[in-house]
Amino acid sequence: RDLAFDVSRNYGIGDELTPEEKILTHNNFYEFGTSKTDPVKNAQGLKTAPWTLTIDGEVNHPLTLDVDELINAMPLEERVYRLRCVEAWSMVIPWLGFPLAELVKRADPNSRARYVAFETLYDPKQMPGQASRFVGGGIDYPYVEGLRMDEAMNPLTLVSVGLYGRTLPPQNGAPIRLVVPWKYGFKSIKSIVRIKLVERMPPTTWNLLASHEYGFYANVNPGVDHPRWSQASERRIGAGGLLSAKRIPTEMFNGYGELVAQMYTDLDLRRWY
Amino acid sequence: MMRLTQGRILALKTLLHLGFILPLAYLWLSVQSGAAGGDPVQYVIHFLGMGALHGLMLSLLVSPLAKGLQMGGLMRVRRLIGLWAFVYALLHVAAFLGLDLLGDVALLLGEIVKRPYILVGMATLLILSAMAATSPGAMQRRLGRRWQQLHDWVYLAAVLAPVHFWWSVKSGWYEPALYLSLCLGLLAWRRKRIVFYQQIVTSFNRGLNRG
Repeated sequence: RDLAFDVSRNYGIGDELTPEEKILTHNNFYEFGTSKTDPVKNAQGLKTAPWTLTIDGEVNHPLTLDVDELINAMPLEERVYRLRCVEAWSMVIPWLGFPLAELVKRADPNSRARYVAFETLYDPKQMPGQASRFVGGGIDYPYVEGLRMDEAMNPLTLVSVGLYGRTLPPQNGAPIRLVVPWKYGFKSIKSIVRIKLVERMPPTTWNLLASHEYGFYANVNPGVDHPRWSQASERRIGAGGLLSAKRIPTEMFNGYGELVAQMYTDLDLRRWY
Repeated sequence: MMRLTQGRILALKTLLHLGFILPLAYLWLSVQSGAAGGDPVQYVIHFLGMGALHGLMLSLLVSPLAKGLQMGGLMRVRRLIGLWAFVYALLHVAAFLGLDLLGDVALLLGEIVKRPYILVGMATLLILSAMAATSPGAMQRRLGRRWQQLHDWVYLAAVLAPVHFWWSVKSGWYEPALYLSLCLGLLAWRRKRIVFYQQIVTSFNRGLNRG
């Protein structure tokens, strides 16, 4: 359904938008199959309402929210963000949502809360990739992700409930997902059911699967290659056909350095990739 | 036992050609119609790579089948299959360079050097290229015994290709493991021949050293 929003911000990104049709038909969502075309085929039956989101852990006010009510209650804004996949392709997407900080503040984190852990729905009946290791790429589900507290509270970190003016389609992570534009796409976890504030760095799915290839931070960094491919440039998925795509240099922090670099001044980004 | 007449071999060849052309037509149509997704680059590359692997395995299946079914005539379709495997492998690399790297040859060369799994893939293509280049009958006659030695490198290609596949996947090992086992199975069937070949090479080298 259509969503109303108040403002539209692009945080300095003037790039041309990726067409909606491509954003909806080219997805990594292994719960519905490992091929890019699987999610749009297999996710349409996902029941996204009612949908309960739990926020708990190191908080003073644990919350259990109905996502439909949340979408109606929160003031939504449009954010035009770059999405840089770790596979070296990228899109420019007009998300609808609100800062994750708003949600976290509501639960009132206590002094022990140093990290935020996220969890995707676990429902093998609805998600064929969870029912079969063959379909789901051998990943241990549920999919989990995490951010450091300051990353979670950064104004750029978005909880998205829509794109292109409408609620999220299932293949894009309906009904509620994370968008962290200065990190590789796999950090932006989809179809979230639980947000837990924790003291220690939480496990993250791709890091568990191949820790030498995917780190906890996963900041977009053209200077640190994936062991099997270069991260120095990316294929931007735009409006045209197959051969009109462009290969463009990848920017540090995906071009959002001004807003996020100060969080990593003490971190060796070669080691903490 | 069905006898392989000239006509039947021609029919089989036609079927095989169709079997390799139709998937390419299907690929073209699914890209054009959008069935291959909003950004079919990875789809195209994977499709062509799997086609090359299937072709290579099929070519290695010919002589076991010919012997098992006692139909020597079958051997006459093997070159065609091998050449198609080469065409698919070439298209696979062309798609990687043209669609993913968008023609950046310097990047391709850099990646070949830096990424072992791509190096393994390129080594496979090199073997298939050498075989394709020497596939005409005239070349076979000119090279004599060395022709067979050159074409025995296909055994190495049959190991490198599934290793390249396994190495390239992001997650999940069932499918690549299945392909590697099937390839090793095809090689195990000719283990005597491979061992025999090694012995020739060894004694040949010994002869060289003595001489």
